[in-house]
Amino acid sequence: MRIRNLLFLLLALLAAYGMLIVAAELPPYGMPANPIHNQVAERYVNKALDDTGVLNMVTAIVLDYRAYDTMFETIVLFTATLAVVITLKSRKREGEQ
Amino acid sequence: MRDFILKRVAAIILPFICIYGFYVILHGHVSPGGSFAGGIIVGLSFIAYSTIYGIEKGRVKLPEKVLTWTESYGTLWYGIMGMVGIVKGAPFLANKLAGVDLGAPGALSSGGLISLIGLGVGIRVASTMVTLFFTMMEEES
Amino acid sequence: MKVLLEKLLVNYPYVAAVILFMIGALTVLTRSNLFKKLLGINIMESAIFLMFVAGGNIRGGAAPILGEVNPKSVYINPLPSALMLTGIVVSVSVTAFALALIVRLYKSYGTTDARRISQLRDEVTER
Repeated sequence: MRIRNLLFLLLALLAAYGMLIVAAELPPYGMPANPIHNQVAERYVNKALDDTGVLNMVTAIVLDYRAYDTMFETIVLFTATLAVVITLKSRKREGEQ
Repeated sequence: MRDFILKRVAAIILPFICIYGFYVILHGHVSPGGSFAGGIIVGLSFIAYSTIYGIEKGRVKLPEKVLTWTESYGTLWYGIMGMVGIVKGAPFLANKLAGVDLGAPGALSSGGLISLIGLGVGIRVASTMVTLFFTMMEEES
Repeated sequence: MKVLLEKLLVNYPYVAAVILFMIGALTVLTRSNLFKKLLGINIMESAIFLMFVAGGNIRGGAAPILGEVNPKSVYINPLPSALMLTGIVVSVSVTAFALALIVRLYKSYGTTDARRISQLRDEVTER
């Protein structure tokens, strides 16, 4: 058991070294000229008050611009609850009818 | 001794936590928060009550019929709110294209359908948390 | 080597995300208790959320809520935060279902040790 754990540790250190080299080549953290701030985010920030009338931009994106995704999100939660109740309550009850 | 202190402190603090959760849900479009975080806060207040005072008293407050009703109709509420757009000739789940009055920004009743949908999602998330907790706790007996 | 260390010091949130991911992966691989494996999966998911949300930040920017600060400052990008809400809900669902399965395994076999359970299953299928 000890040798297997040491082998896993060596593999994890090798993978971490590879990932750190990639993390150093990413665009610098927090600059406004990064390629992640493109014209999609600019349109959402500029026009959120005119199109929806709410002051919170994250709520306007989640519940108005992308309301379809939130609807399937609630269906995913409902399915998870259904799966848990079926797994834990399907035993024969003896004594009760 | 520990039980005594927990029961006295919980009786004073837990109603305020429940009201704070409803405040975060209802003011989701003015201040940070929203429907998901507020629903989890309301659900946690009921779970804390059941942990401290016992499962029997927790079941008296939220029987199984109420939880099933809230869970099923909360998911249907979202679809019914989307049909408002189809009735008026706009795409499904439309807010401004369907002609809903938006109101003054910053007031509590602004945003059209957004605050109604947020209330439904918040109550639904709280009901999911309480249902999962009761199902796993009653399996122990 | 010195250039690499300086670039890593500027991108410190991504370094933290990589370290958290490695801690989670090692916990899943080396521990044999089923609950600890589940916690390791949760730590890995938290590392991914940290990396995405930290990618949308602007130094010196304001929170994306209108009307509280002077209307000329730069607002940070609200899109990564809104997209990670969906991921958090998926993580909660997977954790809840995995816990229900662990409870059923305990009722059937009487132990929560992964190696002991696979030994018992080998004895059952040999017969």
